[in-house]
Amino acid sequence: MRRTVFSLVMMAVLGVWPTGLLAGSVEEQTHLLAAELRCPVCQNLSVGDSPSEMANQMRDMIREKLKNGESPDQVRAYFVSRYGEWILLAPKRQGFNWVAWLLPFCAILAGAGAIGWVVRRGAARGRARQKGELPPLDPRYAGRLEAELKEWGR
Amino acid sequence: MATWKKLIVPAAILPVLLLLAYGFKTDPRQVPSPLVSRPAPPFSLRPFDGESTSLEQLRGRPVVLNFWASWCFPACYEEAPALEAAWQAYRDRGVMVIGVDIQDREADAKAFLERFKLTFPNGPDLQGKLSIDYGVYGVPETFFIGKDGTIHYKHVGALTKQVLRSKIEEMF
Repeated sequence: MRRTVFSLVMMAVLGVWPTGLLAGSVEEQTHLLAAELRCPVCQNLSVGDSPSEMANQMRDMIREKLKNGESPDQVRAYFVSRYGEWILLAPKRQGFNWVAWLLPFCAILAGAGAIGWVVRRGAARGRARQKGELPPLDPRYAGRLEAELKEWGR
Repeated sequence: MATWKKLIVPAAILPVLLLLAYGFKTDPRQVPSPLVSRPAPPFSLRPFDGESTSLEQLRGRPVVLNFWASWCFPACYEEAPALEAAWQAYRDRGVMVIGVDIQDREADAKAFLERFKLTFPNGPDLQGKLSIDYGVYGVPETFFIGKDGTIHYKHVGALTKQVLRSKIEEMF
């Protein structure tokens, strides 16, 4: 019982309460939208993070548009219509842009696969060695070993 | 097996190198404007001296809309005489040159106008609405707006007399 009350309180404090209260507010929406837009006069800063005058003016503009009843999607579309998709820090999930979204995950999967393969091969070799069965030698080394043993024997 | 192993390293590095080569060859400052060949966003501007003008009033005349600032050195200082010369050369043929001063102090802006004896209308964009409406991301940027009110060409960086002449002629 006490635990349920505690978790409910924690949920309220950590997540549900602040987002529930602020999600609809113009200030919160302005903040979220500004974080999605690239500040035109900065290097790799969002409109939300930049202290520049232009970013300031853009935040004012977002706030004004939201106050005038425009939806966040409409505000986003406005900035894209003026600056192009360049203004969005995250590319839209469509067409060629999918490469940017999926390639990192493909690379992670491929890397994990490669590591798994190497580990499994090493483990198989270790097991073979324990059983006393050695894996077949690389023919290059086998030939050389043979030749050197012969040399030794003479 | 051996050749496959030799190939795997170049096969992994080559795409990265190609991507870097492509990335370094493109200029991150050159962003194509989605506004070119679209209707120019309407605006009205109150010059430092004189009556306010709006794009609507100028329909039927080619407009050169130049965004500048007094702190934009040297590019804005280089192009200012060329803009004044174009205004003098083409005003009788109906061309309108308008300067928009962005993110500036009024005294500094007026000193700039005085220094180059600019006689075409110049006004401040106080809330930055006009520059955001035109997707401006730096100064100087110049929009050439045709008689029908569509954007004919956008120039990023200092204008030269040659660019001004050829782009204005294209709008007749």
